[in-house]
Amino acid sequence: MGLAVRDAGKALAEQLPPLTPNAAAVEADRCLFCYDAPCTHACPTHINIPRFIKKIATRNLRGSAATIFASNLLGATCARVCPVQELCEGACVLGIDHKPIAIGRLQRYAMDYAREHGSYPTVKAAPTGRSIAVIGSGPAGLSCAGELAMLGHAVTIIEKREMPGGLSTYGIIALREPVEIALDEARMIQGFGVKIRTGLEFGKDISLAMLQKKFDAIALSVGLGRTPGLCIAGEEAIVDGLEFIEASKAAPAKLSVGRNVIVIGAGNTAVDCATIAKRLGAERVTLVYRRTDREMSCYEHEYDFARKEGIEFRFLSQPSRVVLNEGLPVGLECLRVELGAPDASGRPAPTPVTGSEFVIAADQIVKAVGQDKPAQAVLLGLETKKGFIAVDSNFQTSIAGIYAIGDCIRSCGSASAVMAVEDGKLAAAAIHQQLVRASRRSR
Amino acid sequence: MADLRINFAGIKSPNPFWLASAPPTNSGAQIQKAFEAGWGGAVWKTVGPPVLNVSNRYGAWHSGRQRMLAINNVELISDRPIEVNLREIAEIKRAWPDRAVIVSAMVESKPEAWQDIVRRIEDTGADGIELNYGCPHGMSERGMGAAVGQVPEYCERITHWVMAVATIPVIVKLTPNITNIVLPARAAVAAGAKGLSLINTINSIVGVDLDTLELTPSIGGKGGHGGYAGPAIKPIALNMLAALGTDEIVSRSGVPISGMGGIATWADAAQFLLLGASSLQVCTTVMHYGYRVIEDLCDGLSNWMDEKSFKTIADVTGRSLNRVSEFKNLDLSFRAAARIDAERCIKCNLCYIACNDTAHQCIDLVSPHGAVVAPGAYDVRSNGKREAVETRPRPVVREEDCVGCRLCYNVCPVDKCIEMVELAPQRSRVTWGELSQQQTPVTEDWEAMKAYRERVGIHIH
Repeated sequence: MGLAVRDAGKALAEQLPPLTPNAAAVEADRCLFCYDAPCTHACPTHINIPRFIKKIATRNLRGSAATIFASNLLGATCARVCPVQELCEGACVLGIDHKPIAIGRLQRYAMDYAREHGSYPTVKAAPTGRSIAVIGSGPAGLSCAGELAMLGHAVTIIEKREMPGGLSTYGIIALREPVEIALDEARMIQGFGVKIRTGLEFGKDISLAMLQKKFDAIALSVGLGRTPGLCIAGEEAIVDGLEFIEASKAAPAKLSVGRNVIVIGAGNTAVDCATIAKRLGAERVTLVYRRTDREMSCYEHEYDFARKEGIEFRFLSQPSRVVLNEGLPVGLECLRVELGAPDASGRPAPTPVTGSEFVIAADQIVKAVGQDKPAQAVLLGLETKKGFIAVDSNFQTSIAGIYAIGDCIRSCGSASAVMAVEDGKLAAAAIHQQLVRASRRSR
Repeated sequence: MADLRINFAGIKSPNPFWLASAPPTNSGAQIQKAFEAGWGGAVWKTVGPPVLNVSNRYGAWHSGRQRMLAINNVELISDRPIEVNLREIAEIKRAWPDRAVIVSAMVESKPEAWQDIVRRIEDTGADGIELNYGCPHGMSERGMGAAVGQVPEYCERITHWVMAVATIPVIVKLTPNITNIVLPARAAVAAGAKGLSLINTINSIVGVDLDTLELTPSIGGKGGHGGYAGPAIKPIALNMLAALGTDEIVSRSGVPISGMGGIATWADAAQFLLLGASSLQVCTTVMHYGYRVIEDLCDGLSNWMDEKSFKTIADVTGRSLNRVSEFKNLDLSFRAAARIDAERCIKCNLCYIACNDTAHQCIDLVSPHGAVVAPGAYDVRSNGKREAVETRPRPVVREEDCVGCRLCYNVCPVDKCIEMVELAPQRSRVTWGELSQQQTPVTEDWEAMKAYRERVGIHIH
């Protein structure tokens, strides 16, 4: 099972090559340098996009990277994983009658330059004597920690995993973002003086009370929980999609991939799982979804990508049972679904048709049906909103001094790395304000 | 189909396009290829005294991805032995009797030298001679080229020497590196020149290398001014061409003008014709793309002439000269204002910032709800393409405040999006010339001007 190490690595190697200097120059010259540009508005971190592109055109790559970092410390991740069609590039004025500027690719070009030349921001602020703990080192946590460090605060990140980076390191398919990119970003943040303590689990190895004693503020960037259960017979034989992606990044050659793989779900993670299976040697990969392609939650470009990868789709099918033979899956039994009136999500409610069972053959079944709500909310007794941690406009939770950012608070809108980065940035500003105000009071 | 043939001071060619005296006309083999490609004529690269050239002769001005908007050179006149050039000229003329073969010449400022070269050129059977009074580098240090063209008396004296012996048409090529191009042109006409050509290249330094801090191009660590040519110089050439076309002495003489300086397309060519040229010379675009560009120069010009019902090149020549005027004769009551086509506008808002920062602050940003808004007025937490696109304000001209400066029109990247619309005049027609004659105080005294403005309703915000 699985391809040889080298082939597996290659099969999942970064999909898009870096722009050549000439391609970058041609593209940068095409940018109109719009005033108060819509791409900048569309970017959740509001990077001054025309400015960084103009700097590529004038060969001021150091300045270009600095422009990106000024708004987004995780520009290298965002350049790779942002749904640019829905954000900056989707808003480009040149898209109206030609084609938008390849903003993501240009951002990556500037970020690659920064990475290769160590052209990273440096901390200029004097130490404030204040310290903040950030729980979790995903995009939200790194962004928040980095911004706070820039303001002169002492920041410690508590990370339960072996490596920092959160979903960037463990959860994004390597062909979109190689692990090294995420790790380099974490190293850059460490370069600002941020301590990252890995292998330390909040709530287990270290308690809230301990942190509250030692730190002036705490930012929770804990992400979401595990993939929820489907509550169907034979579920124990189903592979967790997030673990599947994680294994594909850590050791692709060791990942067990079936010949005939089913992925349950229709989000971007489902597409990623299906892509991994296909790239690592599965003969047939089928995405099973209870609604239709109109309701799929993955981005349109991801759906297009999946189709080009040769991934098949079975819509209007609700899994009802894993068909096992000697404990191993041989198929997925589904019920045919009819769509009814819109449900709470605004999408047509799927109604399984009684007696319509049919079986799709499969020797591996992966589920990618979203993630559970953050467990920390309940454990810490924080107020929640639709199961997510509730925060005020300053990202402060119901407990004063505890802030929350990233996917764990995203009760509306789509969770994404760039939204997490912006949360981190805004929360850092809010925490800073709060601490500065507190310092003034104490004087 | 339009007739592109010309007869320029007796020099005939099947189309008005001649290769200018320059590297593309350095040898018989090259001109053979050029004539095969369809060029109507060629002005042979200047023959004259012995020279030696240097390496790194050409610099260039690029903008963005567009290469060679202009070229700059320190190449001298032909460095091939004069006998070789003259032999090849004779061969080419024999092989191509219907094409114009003109020989550019430049020698020491002595009557014997000039008269000798004229005779030797005539012996080749060439159709004409072009006197190079323009070369701005190298040769001018030796008292030739621009050193002659910049002094009308020298220009006239040498032309006299030449005309005393010449039996074929003589064209005087003028340098633009002079305050008033009309003066050497009049001198050449006075001395009996049969044609004028302009412009030669412009003194220029193309740039400095930011690593070595040497000039570009660097010639062993040094550089100097070179001759500037190509599309970027076209407006300068057109102005000088029009200056000759509107000069009474030059135009009354009937001496035809061969126009050059940045002709890259048939549309450029048409503009040179309209401002008084009756033959056209081309170099930089050929150095960029090769002789093949002649195809569209002829094809495009011919199609345009057909569309405009011009039958011959002579029909086009000088047709726009009556449009050339001076500021003092312009109608001060003429009004135009910018109007932005909301359908075509892509909301890059470049017109807005250009107008507001550097022009007359008469473009507003208007939200989709019709409210005038400040730039960047969106909430920091607003994002996504839908919000960005749907809430984006668009630029709208406050027509009553627009002075018609036309900056936005020039800045706009979308064809036909901004139009300068002619508005009905609000006062009676008057020119500055008339005003200064009829109401002299208004043009000399701010108080009188203020009263005049109030009287006729001119408000400056």
